[in-house]
Amino acid sequence: MTSGRLAHRSNLLWLAALVHRLSGLALAIFLPLHFLTLGLAINGEARLESFLRWTDAPLVKLAESGLVFLLLVHMLGGVRLLVLENLDWRDGQKELATLAAALSAVVAFIFLARVF
Amino acid sequence: MNVRLYFWQRLTAALMAPLVLVHVAVIFYATRNGMSAADILGRTRGSVVWASFYGSFVAAVAIHAAIGVRNVLVEWSPINERHAGIFATVFGCCLLVLGLRAVAAVALP
Amino acid sequence: MKTMEVSLWRGRAQGRYQNYEVPLRENQTVLDVVTYVARHLDPTLSYRFSCRVGMCGSCAMTVNGRPRWTCRTHVAKVIRRGRIEIGPLENLPVIKDLATDMQPFFDKWQQAKGAFVPSRTRDDPIEEIAPSGAARMAADAAIECINCGICYAACDTVRWNAGYLGPAALNRAWSLVNDERDAGNPARLAAVAASGGCHACHSHQSCQEHCPLALNPTASIAGLKRRTMQAYLRGELEE
Repeated sequence: MTSGRLAHRSNLLWLAALVHRLSGLALAIFLPLHFLTLGLAINGEARLESFLRWTDAPLVKLAESGLVFLLLVHMLGGVRLLVLENLDWRDGQKELATLAAALSAVVAFIFLARVF
Repeated sequence: MNVRLYFWQRLTAALMAPLVLVHVAVIFYATRNGMSAADILGRTRGSVVWASFYGSFVAAVAIHAAIGVRNVLVEWSPINERHAGIFATVFGCCLLVLGLRAVAAVALP
Repeated sequence: MKTMEVSLWRGRAQGRYQNYEVPLRENQTVLDVVTYVARHLDPTLSYRFSCRVGMCGSCAMTVNGRPRWTCRTHVAKVIRRGRIEIGPLENLPVIKDLATDMQPFFDKWQQAKGAFVPSRTRDDPIEEIAPSGAARMAADAAIECINCGICYAACDTVRWNAGYLGPAALNRAWSLVNDERDAGNPARLAAVAASGGCHACHSHQSCQEHCPLALNPTASIAGLKRRTMQAYLRGELEE
């Protein structure tokens, strides 16, 4: 009913949940493509090899580091939830969520730096 | 989301956490050395270890992603719970079939 | 005399924001502002309040996008560029203007089995419960809820999932799960383990962020997740 932005969406943990959901969706869409690509090897390595050469392109490398980020942020955010749901309550969830995102970004960046 | 779906989603999540770490390490290794298809397949073909590793990864992710997709459909789309469940099951089966096919493609001798 | 612009929701689900000019005083709550409009500017305005001292939770409304107790919200704290926007609580049907229908909120309270089930009669001796026991402390941490509906209004999972019981109902269920005098846990755990129960929570913690009593329904719900999982694995959950 409010004409402006709802305050509860400024909550960092709401954003963490959104990132978790969107990364999961992106990975769910990516996976069938990933499986189909690997499945190219069924007919011998030649088709897989030509696909791998296509992935040498810089834009693809950038997309791959994006995927590494999505995979890690989804997993680390998920681990934060597993701890929250199975062990005793601990405060500091905003800090943990930020740490998960930061770690994922760092690793994805290292990936990107290495492949260029 | 009920206790049964929650159990399977969280269980597969916990099982996959270490698998993801190994997979990221594999990705780093493969891309650092600029491995060709021949290099990769040379390591994976006939390997029981790689077949088991990625086979279980595929099984877990099929269950996990299907339940996740179901939740998103229930909350963000007008589809009702029953139809969301059907769509998610179909999606999970597709992931399982395509995934095991991919594992067979790289791991069968 | 200084004034401010106040924008109030008028109507039901369909309606619009209507502007009023209200005196800006040094010490003023948002409830004072709404009352001024009703008494001096527009007697057709509908709104709800009772104790006006932060005990009953009746005056909860959405103030500049945030659910608050209007009797405990100072205008100085929320006014933005000389304006305040006040609407009814989110996630509940609007009866009229600023008053929402709390029935769905209370229905879910019952659905979560948020009512005490006695295990003794008036003829039995009173059961002694130490306040320092772990279960009692867990119950006490959750028990101050006055059903104001702010957590329910702040929760996007409530918004997105019509069947979700919501943070308040589940928080109350948790306090009863930990009440050693209560005999209703088999049915209660089954109720919160069903579709729309505690497992639907995504741990946004918006409930905890906005609760005027600083309660933590997310923690209570996490506790319910643990208890229902134990019961499920032991085959103790009723169908």
